[in-house]
Amino acid sequence: MVPTNYYLALAAILFTMGAMGVLIRRNALVIFMSVELMLNAANLTFVTFARMYSTLNTTSVYNGQIFVFFVMTVAAAEVAVGLALIVAIFRNKQSIDVDQLNSLKG
Amino acid sequence: MMDNTSGFFSLVPLIVFLPVLGMLINLIFGSKFSEKGIGAVAATASGLAFVVAVLQAYSLSVAPAAQNIPVAQWIHIGTLVIDWTFRVDTLSVTMMLVVSGVGTLIHIYAIGYMHEDVRFKNDEGRYRRFFVFLNLFIAMMMILVSGNSYMMLFVGWEGVGLSSFLLIGFWYDMDTLGRPSFANSNAAKKAFIVNRVGDFGFLLAAFMMFWQFGSTNFDNVFAAAPAAPAWVILWITIFLLVGVAGKSAQIPLYIWLPDAMAGPTPVSALIHAATMVTAGVYLVTRSAPIYTLSADAQYIVATLGALTALFAATIAVGQYDIKKVLAYSTISQLGFMVAAVGMGAFSAGMFHLITHAFFKALLFLSAGSVILGMERGHHHLAHGSHGDHGGHGSRAEAGTIPEVFDPGDMRNMGGLRKQMPVTFWLYMIGTIALAGIFPFAGFWSKDEILADAFKNYPHVYWILSAAAFLTAFYMGRQIWMVFFGQPRHEVAKHAEESPLIMTAPLMVLAALSVLGGLLNMPGVDTLSLWLKQTVEQIEIGEFNPQVALISTALALLAIFLSWWLYMRKPIQAGQPDPLKKMLGPIFTGMENKWFIDEAYWFVFVDRYVDLARFLAQTVDWNFWHEWFHNSVIAAGFVGLTRFLADPVDLGIVNKVSKVLADAVQASAQSLRKIQNGFVRSYALSVMLGVVAILGYLLFK
Repeated sequence: MVPTNYYLALAAILFTMGAMGVLIRRNALVIFMSVELMLNAANLTFVTFARMYSTLNTTSVYNGQIFVFFVMTVAAAEVAVGLALIVAIFRNKQSIDVDQLNSLKG
Repeated sequence: MMDNTSGFFSLVPLIVFLPVLGMLINLIFGSKFSEKGIGAVAATASGLAFVVAVLQAYSLSVAPAAQNIPVAQWIHIGTLVIDWTFRVDTLSVTMMLVVSGVGTLIHIYAIGYMHEDVRFKNDEGRYRRFFVFLNLFIAMMMILVSGNSYMMLFVGWEGVGLSSFLLIGFWYDMDTLGRPSFANSNAAKKAFIVNRVGDFGFLLAAFMMFWQFGSTNFDNVFAAAPAAPAWVILWITIFLLVGVAGKSAQIPLYIWLPDAMAGPTPVSALIHAATMVTAGVYLVTRSAPIYTLSADAQYIVATLGALTALFAATIAVGQYDIKKVLAYSTISQLGFMVAAVGMGAFSAGMFHLITHAFFKALLFLSAGSVILGMERGHHHLAHGSHGDHGGHGSRAEAGTIPEVFDPGDMRNMGGLRKQMPVTFWLYMIGTIALAGIFPFAGFWSKDEILADAFKNYPHVYWILSAAAFLTAFYMGRQIWMVFFGQPRHEVAKHAEESPLIMTAPLMVLAALSVLGGLLNMPGVDTLSLWLKQTVEQIEIGEFNPQVALISTALALLAIFLSWWLYMRKPIQAGQPDPLKKMLGPIFTGMENKWFIDEAYWFVFVDRYVDLARFLAQTVDWNFWHEWFHNSVIAAGFVGLTRFLADPVDLGIVNKVSKVLADAVQASAQSLRKIQNGFVRSYALSVMLGVVAILGYLLFK
């Protein structure tokens, strides 16, 4: 059986990759994908801990697994809204480069 | 019996309310009445008041105790209690009878007099007003004599002062000759203002009574007075004397009375000879229990009255205006009365008050008749020349009839006994009564005063004898100048007799002037005994044949002297008075009233004007406005605002707000760099923030 720490390390790497992607990349679509990466890193952590706690206790606890479904649902809704926004931005600016969305610059 | 008399006593408020009713009727409905109707209402009101007074006298003769008839509560403040209560005793009823009796006769006379007067003055609308004022006066005089406290007396005292003011200024827009002028209204103001000085004294006396005795009621004051310290009594009497000097025209406040002759003649007779001016005599008599406590006060009052009597008599000798002579004569006779009551001869003073009311009213009204007779002659002449020249020549006749003609100037008269026989005989009766010739009213009353003075105050006796001598002299002079000799003016030849409505009341007064002495004949002493029921201090006067003989001899001598001077060689028109040659500067002094008015003007009025100028120009304008306002207040305010504006507002408030604004701007300037528009940098800061918070939560 693979130890829990491995899963957590993988989740941390994935989250870091996603976070760096959000911070570094300029393409809105890629940023979106990075956000998904971070969400799924979190999901991975949820299920890891859910599995760990269910092996420690005699009774099964599924809170972690169930939370993942919530996250996936919210992510799906977020993707729908986000993609619609990106389409709207593209229609407006002929670009999805986030650095060009600087109308709020002070 | 008692029911009957007390019934009459309860009627006493009517002596005030009847004249008030008459006044209101004329005031409200008078415009619908004819002149006769107005006069009838006013005279009836006054006449009914006389009837009520007679009923009071009858009740008193049955039950002589003084009665207090309450009418209304007036002032109740702490221990100060002043009610409107009528006091019916022999003294107040005597005054009521004189006031309403003489007043009614004068009302009747005024019906005829004012009928002509308003026509000579070309303002018939004022006829009604005159009778309204006259009734107001009667009501106020009744309040004065019937009050049971000094404060109620003061209400009437002020009320008659007001009526006097209104009536002196009755023709307020002209002078006595009918020319447009402020002369009459100035005379009215003079009377009012001089009287205020007297009222001030009266008030001080009343306050002092309240302070010392806790009441101004006659009964309470007289009960408490004997226990009071001497200085209290002295000052109360002195302050009262100031009031007496104001109202009864004594030295030094007599100066208003001659000017008061600016009023119509019935007013001069009623207010300024017969009734109102005797209020001071009434006051002293009423205050007899106080005055008799202080020999000093009696001495002062008696001497002041005697000096006034002599002083005014000397002025009367030098006057040319028929009413001015009578005015100074009135002052002189008031001096007799004040001297009498000052000496403690209260019944003699009241006796003279009554007889004087008869014969001086008679003289004034006869003088009014003479004046109107001259006016008629003047109009007759003016009218005649008018006709001759077809309506345009009256101005051309100015040579014979001057534009300004004084119908009251005795130098214009002469020989009037042929034109006005009735008036002449009435005037003669009044003159003989005033001169004090046996057996007319004036003889008895004046003699009683002189006899008392001879006994108690010799110096007063000598002064009063001299005044009596002058009285006979100036009255003789007047008679010779007015009624005898040749007319000194065209108008006097055409003077006409007055109608019966004017002469009829005069005949009643003349009868009273002849028979008035019976009131208090020596040995009978009706009036003295009557008044003694109220004023216990009265001593029954004794007849002194020596005094009577001397005074009669003096009077006859004076009349002879006046005959010798004025009748032996009657004055011709434009000729100076024969006395002027003999007496020189002394006569000039008499003629000009010893320059007292000028002296008062110089000492008081001019100084007062100076003070007012000083207050207005120096204090108010120069000091207050120019210096204090401009230099202190305005400059100080400007300085203060400068200080607030420059150092405080600009220096502190402005700087603080600028520093704050600069700080906000600088911080905003630096913070705007964060807002760089790069979404990724925002995301980075969010992440760093999350990391920081998490780090804090994890490692705290």
